[in-house]
Amino acid sequence: MSASNTTTITSIGAPNRRNTELALLVFAVAIPVFAYANVGLAKNDSVPAGLLGYGVGLGLLAAVAHLLVRKFAPYADPLMLPIATLLNGLGLVLIWRLDQEPSLGTAMAPKQLMWSTVGVALFIVVMVFLKDHRILQRYTYISMVVALALLIAPVFFPAVYGARIWITLPGIGSLQPGEFAKIIIAVFFAGYLMVKRDALALASRRVMGLYLPRGRDLGPILVIWALSLMILVFETDLGTSLLFFGLFVIMLYVATERTSWIVFGLLLSAAGAVAVASTEPHVKVRVTNWLHPLALEHGAVTETAQSRYAFGSGGLFGSGLGEGYSRLIGGIGSKSDYILATVGEELGLAGLMAVLLLYGLLIERGMRTALAARDPFGKLLAVGLSGGLALQVFVVAGGVTGLIPLTGMTMPFLAQGGSSVIANWALVAILLRISDTARRPAPSPAPSPDAEATQVVRNQ
Amino acid sequence: MSELTLTVMRLGFLAVLWLFVIVAVQVIRSDLFGTRVTQRAGRRAETAARPPQQRQQAAAQDRRAQQPAQNSRQRRGAPTKLVVSEGSLAGTTVALQGQTITLGRAHDSTIVLDDDYASSRHARIYPDRDGQWIVEDLGSTNGTYLDRNRLTTPTPVPLGAPIRIGKTVIELRK
Repeated sequence: MSASNTTTITSIGAPNRRNTELALLVFAVAIPVFAYANVGLAKNDSVPAGLLGYGVGLGLLAAVAHLLVRKFAPYADPLMLPIATLLNGLGLVLIWRLDQEPSLGTAMAPKQLMWSTVGVALFIVVMVFLKDHRILQRYTYISMVVALALLIAPVFFPAVYGARIWITLPGIGSLQPGEFAKIIIAVFFAGYLMVKRDALALASRRVMGLYLPRGRDLGPILVIWALSLMILVFETDLGTSLLFFGLFVIMLYVATERTSWIVFGLLLSAAGAVAVASTEPHVKVRVTNWLHPLALEHGAVTETAQSRYAFGSGGLFGSGLGEGYSRLIGGIGSKSDYILATVGEELGLAGLMAVLLLYGLLIERGMRTALAARDPFGKLLAVGLSGGLALQVFVVAGGVTGLIPLTGMTMPFLAQGGSSVIANWALVAILLRISDTARRPAPSPAPSPDAEATQVVRNQ
Repeated sequence: MSELTLTVMRLGFLAVLWLFVIVAVQVIRSDLFGTRVTQRAGRRAETAARPPQQRQQAAAQDRRAQQPAQNSRQRRGAPTKLVVSEGSLAGTTVALQGQTITLGRAHDSTIVLDDDYASSRHARIYPDRDGQWIVEDLGSTNGTYLDRNRLTTPTPVPLGAPIRIGKTVIELRK
């Protein structure tokens, strides 16, 4: 060994990026304001009257969130907050733009701004009170019970548009507990898999290149599968069921590094989906619409086809904000489920790809946080939360673009819906907390008290 | 509003949206962190700048450190291994089988010290006739310390007493 090629490995800490975040936030507030002015000019030939109020409102939300991150999570990831703000702001503009169409019913944008404020408030509460994400680990089994309760509760309420995913509280309105269950179930899976992953990963036989787990270790995945099938049957909601099961398979794979779990998960979910789709009428209709979008239904083509018409009419660069015809998409979901069709029509393929990339970047930062996290619980939780976000984006975007049967879920931050926007702000807050812990520079080791005497370089 | 203005706004909005995405990707690029591999020459410049700081911190803790140093009483039983407990070789162990162990930067030493404060033939540790392990300084520049005392003569090494050479600390253990 020669001395000249001796190398040393030192760690480079992630820098504190709060000023980058501030610059990006200013950008993220300016873009929706531009969009808002653009819609007003296109629809009414004038800059909308609410421009100042709207811009100040969004800016205030962003500023408060930024100052709190500066105070409580100074080393957190610089990108998550600006991306969430931009998506939320774009969502507000798009909802306001659809409010301009009288045929689409009452104005939803003020309500959505209110829900966004509540969401940012919850973000702040999580930031301030959740000092360390590992506290959540103590509530592993409590969160299982809470998540199951949230998932099961909608069964006892009347179905809305065919799916039982709503809880109606008199006086407050209705909320989708599945959105909150997404976060809570990720906490449970992270805590559970952290303890059990060795048994699930190591005890296995190798058959045809796949590690087959022992029969008794299949228990948890089968239980979760049965539960997600029950959601599909009793709540007739493909989205929640897919999210719930997919989240477990993702986290199981990350915890154990065994591809066989993915194979099992895909087989089980395919079998379950086919079985339910051929028996349950509501799901059957969705699948039929997906397979035959141009079939006539009440004298018109299906909504699936209408949303594809919207994408087609948008083309490469879109018709321009406020100049599309997404009001023609029948049904009820043009501000929530079909908001991506409006994006596709008015911003075109270029705009849609930019929006999807924003989601991709948000999810990438979540995964990056998981890579950087030092504790296994934080790793699994970050994977679970960003995986849940990814699955949700996939289910909605896939449904609207016709890749998979449509299901009633909301695009995180973009679509109209109070529960969704509140839950996703809380999700971003937890991710920021984990990333702050992960990127915080490690404390330098205490200097040895006896080091002085031996480390004097003497002049000879 | 004229068609032209709207077209400009439409394309301008797309450009701004994509600009945000590109800026975000640039932020990710500048945000890489992890570990850095440096050549030894580079590290030397770095460590040369460090000692003054450490000296100050060490001076502050000097008085408190006196008590734990007295804990190393001589115990019964012969040591079986030599352990490097601090420094760049931390974790290295050498089994003691009656052989002489030489320490230094020279390549033929039993333990080759990669330590800026060590001489090429710094010290040796050998058993005397009774099987007692002795440490002897070989005329090093910065000295060999047993506990806090600089060695001048060959000295018996008690079990667990720290032998300091530069940043390296060596102990004999059972």
